[in-house]
Amino acid sequence: MVEVKGVSKRYGSKAVIDQVSVSIPKGKITSFIGPNGAGKSTLLSMISRLITKDDGDIYIDGEDVHQAKSKELAKKVAILKQTNHLNLRLTIRELVSFGRFPYSQGKLTREDWKHVDEAIRYMELEDMQDKYIDQLSGGQRQRAFIAMVIAQDTEYVLLDEPLNNLDMKHSVQIMKVLRRLTNELGKTVVIVIHDINFASCYSDYIVALKDGKVAKEGTVDEMMDRHVLKDIYEIDMKIETVNNEKICVYFK
Amino acid sequence: MSDKKKLLILSAVAVLLIVAFMFTGLGNNWDYALPKRGLKIFAIVLTGAAIAFSTLIFQTITNNRILTPSILGLDSLYMLIQTILIFAFGSTDLTWMNKQLNFVISVVLMVFFAGILYKILFKREGENIYFLLLIGLIFGTFFQSFTSFMQVLIDPNEFQIIQDRMFASFNNVQTDVLILAVIVLVLVTLYFIRFMKYLDVLSLGKEHAVNLGVDYDYTVKRLLIVVAILISVATALVGPITFLGLLVVNVAYEMFRTYKHSYLLAGSILISIVALVGGQLIVERVFTFSTTLSVIINFVGGVYFIYLLLKENKKW
Repeated sequence: MVEVKGVSKRYGSKAVIDQVSVSIPKGKITSFIGPNGAGKSTLLSMISRLITKDDGDIYIDGEDVHQAKSKELAKKVAILKQTNHLNLRLTIRELVSFGRFPYSQGKLTREDWKHVDEAIRYMELEDMQDKYIDQLSGGQRQRAFIAMVIAQDTEYVLLDEPLNNLDMKHSVQIMKVLRRLTNELGKTVVIVIHDINFASCYSDYIVALKDGKVAKEGTVDEMMDRHVLKDIYEIDMKIETVNNEKICVYFK
Repeated sequence: MSDKKKLLILSAVAVLLIVAFMFTGLGNNWDYALPKRGLKIFAIVLTGAAIAFSTLIFQTITNNRILTPSILGLDSLYMLIQTILIFAFGSTDLTWMNKQLNFVISVVLMVFFAGILYKILFKREGENIYFLLLIGLIFGTFFQSFTSFMQVLIDPNEFQIIQDRMFASFNNVQTDVLILAVIVLVLVTLYFIRFMKYLDVLSLGKEHAVNLGVDYDYTVKRLLIVVAILISVATALVGPITFLGLLVVNVAYEMFRTYKHSYLLAGSILISIVALVGGQLIVERVFTFSTTLSVIINFVGGVYFIYLLLKENKKW
């Protein structure tokens, strides 16, 4: 379980995250939603120790994230940010093998390579595993980075807008993989996501942030509600049920 | 061709050049010439290795392939120190003659300066590494202006001596200074070894490195200190020569199309040695000292970069 207790982050005098407390359930997919600038990515980065916090505490399975040994934490929590620009000449397979660094410190064993192969298979990248990263399309590259995170084999997987710039097919593919990670391997997945309908169809728990505070949190049924979403996004929308999934219509 | 084979060939070329440098045109004065040449070769190999080594680490930390550690302002500081020494004591004074003392003063001041620079950077958490480069650049410019100012004031004869120091030269390296340099470099290298495994991961960038469990601030801080010491020693030994690093590291990247620092490090050090020994050979045997090594390396390097630009251009 991830517990965030009274955490704040300030840039100058502006609080981007203001006294946020939230607990993220284990073995589920939790989505952070909210308007631009609500502090979703900042919160995710603090949970994964990419940036420091100004106040409060963050615990993962009872361990203080900002005190823990970075090397040990890397076996427990993996984070993928939304922009992944590399100016290295790497193949997919080489990139994915970096995911084993916390275990092997660069000297990969046969066991490590098994994990690498599995991760590549999981993201269906076998055919192109020897292609260079800079020759890939945006969707393929995103899948390669997610494969690296899978190879890291952590209990907690944090993804910052994993569907950014992906088409429908690849978005669905990635969300299905995340679903499988939780269902089959029991991992806890936390994502920042803008498409409210993907959040509705695939997550178990939704946390809505607004102006650096938690506006509301709850199960999908609780959150996919006209009044709740109107409070968060400040636009009118309709919630329809299609194939037992709650779909939000907000385009007009 | 495999990367290992390339390394072997490079080593062979390096050894060949060293042998050629040592034994061609010896004449009858073996006793006199051999130790003298050996010393020179040793200084060249040492400097070449230090420069290639530090530039590669620096580029990996900054994730930028066109930067050299000279942006930290260490070369300019070295020139300033030399100018101040001459300005204050004159070219005939003992301080100037005692190269060992000069070496120690230069290295200590440069490392001290780098230390202050890093303190400023790492005092505030999460400061961008480019902030450090910006400050280094500003200080470098300041040192340069101050150096020029003093050079205008001093006696023209003494200015000649400073001008000599402005270009890297292997022609009068002294044994005792060399021993000092070797000790420092060996210690630094031993210290560096435990950070070696992080270099590949660091080249992925800060966020990936943190995610993969690298204690980023701790590691980068220490690597930057290693870079500063290496540069200071190399510069104090032969003069400003960081331009070489940019060239050899990029040639190494072209030659070894890999991200693995074990190959890149060995490769760039060997290329650096080949370039320096080859260059020195040309300076001594072809031009008979009528030009300096810097000029040759800058010329060849410039041509190579134009070639790279044209080649990359065609790809579009």
